[in-house]
Amino acid sequence: MSVRFEVNGKPVAVTVEPRTTLADCLRHQLRLTGTHLGCEHGVCGACTVLVDGAAVRSCLMLAVQAEGAKIVTVEGLSEDRDLTPLQKSFRKHHALQCGFCTPGMITTAHALLSEEPDCDAARVREVLSGNLCRCTGYISIVEAVLDARAAYKPKERARDRA
Amino acid sequence: MRTVNSLIGSPIERVEDLRFLRGRGQYVDDVTREGLLHAAILRSSVAHGRIRSIDTSVALALPGVHSVITAKDIGNRVPRVPMRLQPLPDFEPFGQPVIAETKVRYVGEALALVLADSPAIAEDALGVIEVDIEPLPAVPDRHASAKNESLLFEDVGRNLAIKFRALRGDAAAAFQDAPYVRRESFRVQRHFALPMEPRGLLAEWDAARGRLTVNGGAKVLFFNRRTLARQMGLPESAIEILENDVGGGFGARGEFYPEDFLIPFAARFTGRPVKWTEDRREHLMTVNHAREAECDIEIACRRDGTVLGLRGHAYVDVGAYMRTNGAVSARNIAQFMSGPYRIPNIDIDVALLLTNKTPVGTYRGPGRFETDFFRERLFDMVAQDVGLDRVEFRRRNLVSHREMPYAIATITPYESKDELDSGDYHSTLDRCLEEIGWAEKSKLAGKLIDGRCHGLAVGCFIEGGAAGPKESARIVLEPDGRYTVYVGSSGIGQGLETAFAQIAADALEIPMDRIRGVFHGSTSYVSDGYGAYHSRSVVMGGSAILDAASKLREAIRARAADQLGCPASEVQIVEGSKAVGPRGASVSLTGLSTDGIAAEGAFLNKKHTYTYGAHATHVAVDPKLGHVELLDYVVVEDCGRMINPLTLRGQAIGSVVQGLGGAVMEHLAYDEQGQLLTGSLADYLIPTASDFPNIRAVVLENHPSPINPLGAKGAGEGGIIAAGGVMANAVANALGAFRVEPRQLPLTPAYIWELVQAGSRRAAE
Repeated sequence: MSVRFEVNGKPVAVTVEPRTTLADCLRHQLRLTGTHLGCEHGVCGACTVLVDGAAVRSCLMLAVQAEGAKIVTVEGLSEDRDLTPLQKSFRKHHALQCGFCTPGMITTAHALLSEEPDCDAARVREVLSGNLCRCTGYISIVEAVLDARAAYKPKERARDRA
Repeated sequence: MRTVNSLIGSPIERVEDLRFLRGRGQYVDDVTREGLLHAAILRSSVAHGRIRSIDTSVALALPGVHSVITAKDIGNRVPRVPMRLQPLPDFEPFGQPVIAETKVRYVGEALALVLADSPAIAEDALGVIEVDIEPLPAVPDRHASAKNESLLFEDVGRNLAIKFRALRGDAAAAFQDAPYVRRESFRVQRHFALPMEPRGLLAEWDAARGRLTVNGGAKVLFFNRRTLARQMGLPESAIEILENDVGGGFGARGEFYPEDFLIPFAARFTGRPVKWTEDRREHLMTVNHAREAECDIEIACRRDGTVLGLRGHAYVDVGAYMRTNGAVSARNIAQFMSGPYRIPNIDIDVALLLTNKTPVGTYRGPGRFETDFFRERLFDMVAQDVGLDRVEFRRRNLVSHREMPYAIATITPYESKDELDSGDYHSTLDRCLEEIGWAEKSKLAGKLIDGRCHGLAVGCFIEGGAAGPKESARIVLEPDGRYTVYVGSSGIGQGLETAFAQIAADALEIPMDRIRGVFHGSTSYVSDGYGAYHSRSVVMGGSAILDAASKLREAIRARAADQLGCPASEVQIVEGSKAVGPRGASVSLTGLSTDGIAAEGAFLNKKHTYTYGAHATHVAVDPKLGHVELLDYVVVEDCGRMINPLTLRGQAIGSVVQGLGGAVMEHLAYDEQGQLLTGSLADYLIPTASDFPNIRAVVLENHPSPINPLGAKGAGEGGIIAAGGVMANAVANALGAFRVEPRQLPLTPAYIWELVQAGSRRAAE
């Protein structure tokens, strides 16, 4: 089946089997390997991408369901020149070790902070509880997300004005 | 001017993060090749049985299926997974064939390998392979194993692989005259490492050159290359094993598994590149399990609480085969039952019993997590019996600073003496009590507040590190004046590149950005490497880097001396960027050589380092629901010398949370037929972000190790070791009114509720 959607701002057209997951399509057909697969049954959250702004497990979504959607992966939340404020905060707080869960943490945290830049620690923990990390024990990840909130506030104000 | 050694000890942000945070890491499943065949593995659904037949004809007929490999395709004798550590002859009969030959011995054992054009087609094919297995009675636990009624290996005649024995002093004499003796039994459940990245391999066979390249190595590349070379009849030099970014190790990842033979074999068999990535269900039933151990131990004390001796028996359920590091935890249970305490008389044997379950290997703090639970639980019971405060009981028995180095129990038959190297164990205990606010909080012990009982506990640990015999490093001064570092250590997500860049930059007296990179991912970088296990990388790899840096500086001086026309002894290297001779003549190191100057160094070591410390916790337990809430948790550890406090603290906290998972929730449960009941992450629970919000780590460097030039000790496992014992003691402390004494892990709500019910019934009688 052929399917068209937008990935990180660029339109793409791919031919997939009906059973191909969005995650496999992103990783193996579009070679966006920043999206990781840790369980393929919707528990670990490593494959989280943004679908029309919402954090979604790409292992539980079929590629054909993405028809017409705007998909953003960790690559789309990154810049060549420098780390983004959220990424800098992760680095500063040592919120990653092996890096495998990190793309899912970044996409999930980005979705949260974009919607709720004033969220508190309990809310961050609640939202991130759907993403498993085996290295950090989460303390530093929560600190990093809380510390990155400031970077999301002006953006929201600008959006509200618009 | 830079000050020497300004990087070591600084909280440097990691160099690895730049790629990981942007999705630019390259893990093995991210690697692809033209003409790739995808492998999927048919695994036994029967725990114990005799293979009657495997019919692959329907699978082979599926469009897109290239071939199906079973034992008969491998050759005359299917290779066995070797023992990497403790390679005793006793273990040889229990080696695992890389693919099942005549019997299956656990659910998940490989039966056939399908190679197809896509992973989906390969998995389709698994469903149409017809396997006929005659079931045999399963051996589900160590009790059934010891009966020898159903044998995993009929020709051996028993299910006992070996018994280790730990001896020190004269335990029999100590117990004979002891005024106080107590005997207890404890149990730790089967659980395991669970790195977030599933395993994977990509093998390529170059028939024209007779060369094999394998992506997906980790932890012990050089040992695995030796093994693979032997099994495939190739010289080691014909094989390169590459390490990609590795999504966590914790002991399990990187050991030689059956797939480490099967995938390279398939590449040579088909002449095409072959890739395999396990799914999480496969991971749960094939990667080394760990921790399942029981003990029946006795302690002898004076009335004042001085421990006179420990003796008894422990039993480790090792699963279906003895492979790679499967004997380590049992060995450690024998040797580290005494932990950081002065126990003059010890006699403990540990039986390694085979069962029809996934084989075991190491998991962070192997044997130490188990023994800390056994010992610290026992200590709290004993302190109460002899009427001594439990902190004072520990103080009285900790090995003191003056007794270092302190000889611990010797293990037979793997004759191994060991000693605790250095430290002040009392100081970390005191610091831990201070950090948690023990004096104030212990007033809450057993108090019922808002329907929940509060409990406190403290426990001590030692963490072994720095396994020998050797590690290698090579440093190259590039023509552009930058330095490249190559090591035989392995990166498994622990931040090796950053720590090694700090060590190398300080040794070369340069800023870190002059290090072009730290490369650790290939069997071709250094002549001989040993990898990452037993918390050895910083001590062994780091010390090898110091040696390589020193040799490189000599080589640079010699080369500069030629140009400066003076003896090398008169050349000084200034800030790693220029060489200055007598009378101020100098030459820049940039361009000193057109092809670079290289030096290889090594560090050899027979001793171990012991990081040490204490854990303390404050919990609230709901006696009606059995739920435990962690209100506070502190770990204090002294690792001799910190390379990077930022990453060290990260290791400590991450390690604690894994330990809490093992203490309260993680469990690889099996039924009586040897079926794994926890085959998904919805069934096998690990900690999430909302479970344990309050954990603090204090990392210290007060007592350097005397056995290496850095003074460093292996760190990163200490956070896990005391977690089980401390949590169980906190629950006992909270629920003292209900006479709750946990004797097993995990401390699930159901288990705690049962203990409360039983305690209440006893109180009513």
